[in-house]
Amino acid sequence: MPRKATDKPPQRPQPKARPAKSRTRSAALVAASEKKKSRPSRTTTSVTAQFPPEIAAWFARRGWTPRPHQLALLEAARERRSTLLIAPTGAGKTLAGFLPSLISIHNGNRKKTGAGLYTLYVSPLKALAADVERNLTHPIEEMGLKVRTETRTGDTSLARRQRQRVKPPHILLTTPEQVALLLSHPDAPYLFADLDTIIFDELHALAASKRGDLLALDLARLRKLAPKVMTIGLSATVARPSELRGYLVAQTEPETTTHLADIVTVKGGAKPIIRILEAENEIPWTGHTARYAMREVYDAIRAHKLSLVFVNTRMQAEYAFQELWRINDDSLPIGLHHGSLEVAQRKKVEAAMAEGRLRAVVATSTLDLGIDWGDVDLVIHLGAPKGASRLLQRIGRANHRLDEPSEAILVPGNRFEVLECRAAQQAAEAGDQDAQLSRSGALDVLAQHVLGMACEAPFNSDALFDEVRSALPYAGLTRSQFDRTVDFVSTGGYALRSYERFAKLRPTDDGKLRVANPGIAQQYRLNIGTIVDAPHLKVRLIAHRGAKRIPSMGGRVLGEVEEYFAEQLTPGDTFVFAGQVLRFEGIRDTEVFVTRAATEDPMVPSYDGGKFPLSTHLARRVRDMLSDPSVWSGLPNPVANWLELQTEFSVIPGRDEVLVETFPRGNRHFLVAYPFEGRLAHQTLGMLLTRRLDRIGAQPVGFVANDYALAVWCHGDISSLIAGGKLSLAKLFDEDMLGDDLDAWLAESALMKRTFRLAAVIAGLIERRHPGKVKSGRQVTISTDLIYDVLRRHDPDHLLLEAAWTDAATGLLDIRRLGTFLARIKDRIRHQILDHVSPLAVPVLLEIGVELVYGQDRDAILRAAADELIREATGDAAQ
Amino acid sequence: MNMLKPERIGLDDFADQPVNICGKAFVAHKFGALYWPAEKALIVSDLHLEKGSAFAARGQMLPPYDTRETLRKLATLIDRYRPETVISLGDSLHDSDGAARMDAADVESLHMLQEDRDWIWITGNHDPKIDRTLAGYVVEEIVVGGLALRHEPLPGAATHEIAGHFHPAARLVFHGTSLRRPCFVGNRLRLVMPAFGAYTGGLNILDGAFEPLFGMDGLDVWMLGHEGLYPVAPRLLRDD
Repeated sequence: MPRKATDKPPQRPQPKARPAKSRTRSAALVAASEKKKSRPSRTTTSVTAQFPPEIAAWFARRGWTPRPHQLALLEAARERRSTLLIAPTGAGKTLAGFLPSLISIHNGNRKKTGAGLYTLYVSPLKALAADVERNLTHPIEEMGLKVRTETRTGDTSLARRQRQRVKPPHILLTTPEQVALLLSHPDAPYLFADLDTIIFDELHALAASKRGDLLALDLARLRKLAPKVMTIGLSATVARPSELRGYLVAQTEPETTTHLADIVTVKGGAKPIIRILEAENEIPWTGHTARYAMREVYDAIRAHKLSLVFVNTRMQAEYAFQELWRINDDSLPIGLHHGSLEVAQRKKVEAAMAEGRLRAVVATSTLDLGIDWGDVDLVIHLGAPKGASRLLQRIGRANHRLDEPSEAILVPGNRFEVLECRAAQQAAEAGDQDAQLSRSGALDVLAQHVLGMACEAPFNSDALFDEVRSALPYAGLTRSQFDRTVDFVSTGGYALRSYERFAKLRPTDDGKLRVANPGIAQQYRLNIGTIVDAPHLKVRLIAHRGAKRIPSMGGRVLGEVEEYFAEQLTPGDTFVFAGQVLRFEGIRDTEVFVTRAATEDPMVPSYDGGKFPLSTHLARRVRDMLSDPSVWSGLPNPVANWLELQTEFSVIPGRDEVLVETFPRGNRHFLVAYPFEGRLAHQTLGMLLTRRLDRIGAQPVGFVANDYALAVWCHGDISSLIAGGKLSLAKLFDEDMLGDDLDAWLAESALMKRTFRLAAVIAGLIERRHPGKVKSGRQVTISTDLIYDVLRRHDPDHLLLEAAWTDAATGLLDIRRLGTFLARIKDRIRHQILDHVSPLAVPVLLEIGVELVYGQDRDAILRAAADELIREATGDAAQ
Repeated sequence: MNMLKPERIGLDDFADQPVNICGKAFVAHKFGALYWPAEKALIVSDLHLEKGSAFAARGQMLPPYDTRETLRKLATLIDRYRPETVISLGDSLHDSDGAARMDAADVESLHMLQEDRDWIWITGNHDPKIDRTLAGYVVEEIVVGGLALRHEPLPGAATHEIAGHFHPAARLVFHGTSLRRPCFVGNRLRLVMPAFGAYTGGLNILDGAFEPLFGMDGLDVWMLGHEGLYPVAPRLLRDD
C-alpha cells in the first residue's frame, strides 16, 4: 500500500485507513465510553503528542495516524496562514478541515468578546451540511470533546435560527445564503466577533458562480468583523488552483498584486479504470438515451454491489430508470434521484443507499457533490460526460479507498458521442481538467450585497468600496461601477433622475448611507440569494381522469416540473415522471394534476437537448481525434466506418479549420458547419447566421444545432450563391456578426430576456415569486420582458443591462466562446459543395423536428398560426 | 422641444389588420391601437401612464420610462394615420396622482401631440379624475357613429361598443411552443381593446370575465407580435 512521500513518516505500518462509517448513535456512545475507561492510551507517535489527549487517544483507538495533509493544515493554522486543500474524495478532507478548530476549541484558550461562535463551515448544499454534522458529531462524541456543533439552513426552525444568533454553537455548519442573511442583521458584529476559522467545502463547485461572488463579498465583510480570521478551502482537483487560493484571502492591493492562500495538495490515488461500453446492438446515429445498451448496463449493475448511473438531465434519468425496470428480471432494487423529485422521496433513496439496500441509483448532478454514499463500486455514465472535470468528479464517487482504482463505464448515446467518450476517457486518464473561464464578480450580486450591508448598519461608500474590492471576484471593480451600483440600490440608477424622492438609501449626518425605512430590510431578507428558480409547478397525482371539473383535493405530490414544460401539454398527453408514465389532466393554481396512464409509452418525447455543452477541452480532443485517421482503427466499427465514409463523400474537418458543407435535400438547400463549440454557442451562431442569410436573400427557413455541428436550411440555393460570388463564407462567418447583428438579435432574444430576468431578480429590482402568491403575482409583478424592452430603448447603459450582457457572454448564449471560435477560424473555412447529405451531417439533420428551432424570438409561431387560420378559412386546413 | 422620435413607417404586410364592428370598417395596429378611417379617429386604451413611478413610490424601482415609451408609440401612430381625433378609453393614468409625477418633458411631448387635433380622455376606474395638466376633453363615455366608446364593457351580451379595461391577452399553444401576448378580441358586434401602456400585462381571454361578453362562438382574436398583428383561431388558445 504505497504512501506518498511526506515529511513525517509514520512510526509503524498502518492498516488501510477508512473514513468513518456512520454507526448508530447509541453504539458510538457505548463504544466511546467503554474505551475511555479502558487501559491508558497507546499513543506513542510524536505526531499526536501535540494533540489533546482525547484526540490522540481517538486516533490510537482507530489505529490511525494523522495524514500528512491533516498535519500540514494544523501547522498552517498554528501560523494563521489561510490554506487551500486539494484532495480527491476519501482523503479525509473533512477531518483535515476541522481538526485545527477541534483542538483549539477543546483547549479553550480563546477570550470571548462576542457570542462565542468560533468556526463557520460553509457548504453549497443543505444536505451536505447535515451530512457533515453527522460525520463531525460522532467523532466529537467519541473523542469526548467539549465542542458544540449545529447546522443552520433554510429548513432549520425559526426558533432555533433566532436562538443561534444570540447563543450560537462553537461550530456552525451552514449555507452561503444563511451567511448573507446573518450578516444583514445589526447584531452581526456581536455574532462574529470571536470568529476564528471559516471552512469552505466543495469550493471548486462554489467559487466561480454568482453564488460564489456573494459568498466572497460576505467573506470580505467577515474579515472586517473578525480581522484575525483564517480561511480553509476544501476542493477537488481543478485546472487553476490559484483562483481558489486568491478567493480565500483579502486582496489588499487589487491593482498590483494578487495575494494567495497557501496550498496543500493530496495526490490522487490509483488512476481510475474507465471503459467505454460496446454493446451488441448497433450504436444509433442520434439520440442521448443509451437505450440500445441497456442490457449491458443492467448486466454491469448485476455484477457489482452498488452502481451509480449518472445522466446529464432529469428527462434522461426518468427514461433510463424506466428502461432498466423494464428489463429488471432479477428484481434488483434500483432507485431514482434527481432535483425535481419530492424531498422526502430523495431522502428515502439517500438513506437506502447509505444502508446498502440498493443495487443501483439513476441520478443527475444532484448527487455530484461530496456526500458519502456507502459502498459504490461502479460508476456508469449514460451519454457523454461533456467535461473532463465533471467525469473525474463523478468517478470519484466510486470507492473511497484512495489506493484502489475506481471503476467507471461510459456509455455513448450515439456515434458522435463515442468520440466524446473517448476524449473524456483520455482526459481523465491524463488527469486533465477543463479550463474554467475566469469571471469577474457579477454586478447584480453586488447590488444585493450592498443593500444587505446597509441593512446591517449605515455604511461609508469609500470604506465599502475598499472592502468589496478585497474579494477576489471584485478586485477589478471600478469606482464608477461601484457608485452606479449604490445608485441602483437607492433609486434604480436611471439616467432620468425622477426617483430621488423615493430613494431607499439616505445620507446620515456623518457622511454615511442608511436604509430609508425598516420595511426595506424586511423585504431584503425575503429576497436573498442568487439561486433563482425557473418557475416550477408541483405535480400531483389524482384518482380519476379527464372530467371537466377537476376535484380540488388531489393525492400526493410527486415532485415538480418546469412551468414551460407543463404549459405545452394538452389534457390527455402522457409523459414520464418520478418513474411512472402519467397522464396530464390540467393545471390548477400552481399544481399540475396527473393520473396514472394506462399506456407504457409516453407521448411527449423524453428527449431533452442536454444541459451542458461539450467543454472546449474535450472539443479540442475530439477535433484532434478526427484529424488523425490512425486513431480510428481503435474505434468501434460503426464509428470507424462512419468516418471512413465521410472521407469518401466529403472530408474530415481539420483540427484548426472549420468545415462547411452545402448540399440540396428535398426542396431545400442546406449549409452545415462543424465548429465543435458546444450547443449553446452553436445556437447563438445559428441565430446570427440566419439573419445574415436573410439579408443576402438566401431565404433561411430554420436551423438546428448540437454540440459539434450546426445545420441551416434555406429556400435559396446556397451552393450556387457561393459559386456565383453572391455569398461569401468569409463574410458570413466574419467576427462583425457580434456587432450590429448580435445587438439587433438581442433586442428580441428570448434567451437574453431570460438572462436579464435572472439578473433583475438577484439585483432586487423584481421580487421573487413566492409560492403562495403566484396567482395574484401574475397581476402584481411586472413582466421583466417589458422592462427589458423599455430599458434597451431608453437607458441602454443601465447597470442591469451591463450585468445581463456579461452573463450572456458566458451563459446561455456562450458569446465569448463564439467570439473565440470566429477569431480562430478566420481565413480557415473549408468549403465542400456536395450533391447530397454527408455522413458527418446525418446526426445533426436527424435532430430536425426533435428540437425547437426558433423558439419565441420572432413572430414565426404567430405567423404560422395566422397561416393556419387563413388556410382554415379558405377550406384548406392543415392537419 | 420634441423629444419623441417617430419610427420610420414600416413596410410590413402584417403591421395592421382590418377589423369590422357592426358593419363599420376599422384598422387594428400591432401596437394595440385602432384607427377608424371614416371618422379619422385613433383609439387607444389603458395607457396606465406613470405606472413605473407608482411602483417606485412603493419601493419597486421600475425604469421611469414607461410614459415616454407609451407616448413614443402614440406619436408613431399619429404620424402614420394622421387622425383628427385621438380617444383614450380610460385608465390613461395608473392613478389619479400620476399627472403630478409626470416628467416635464413628457408633459410637453403630450401637448405637442395634442396640437392640431381633438383629444378625448374617457375616465376609467384607475383615473376617475384627470388633472388639467393632461389637457383635452374629459368624459365618461362618448358615442361616435352609432358606437359607444367607454372604459369598461357593459355586462352581458351588449353590442355597438368599443371598450378596454380588461387588458385581454391570449396564450397560443402551437408546434410545441407556448406564447402569451396581448390581443384584440371581438365578435363583430363589440370589441375589447388590448392595454396600450408600456408596462401593462394581460388577462387571459379564456378567463371567466370574458365569456359573458361574447358568448362562445364567432370570436375573432388578433395577437400582438413584434413584426405584426396576427389573427389567430380561438381553438389554438389555452387557459393560463
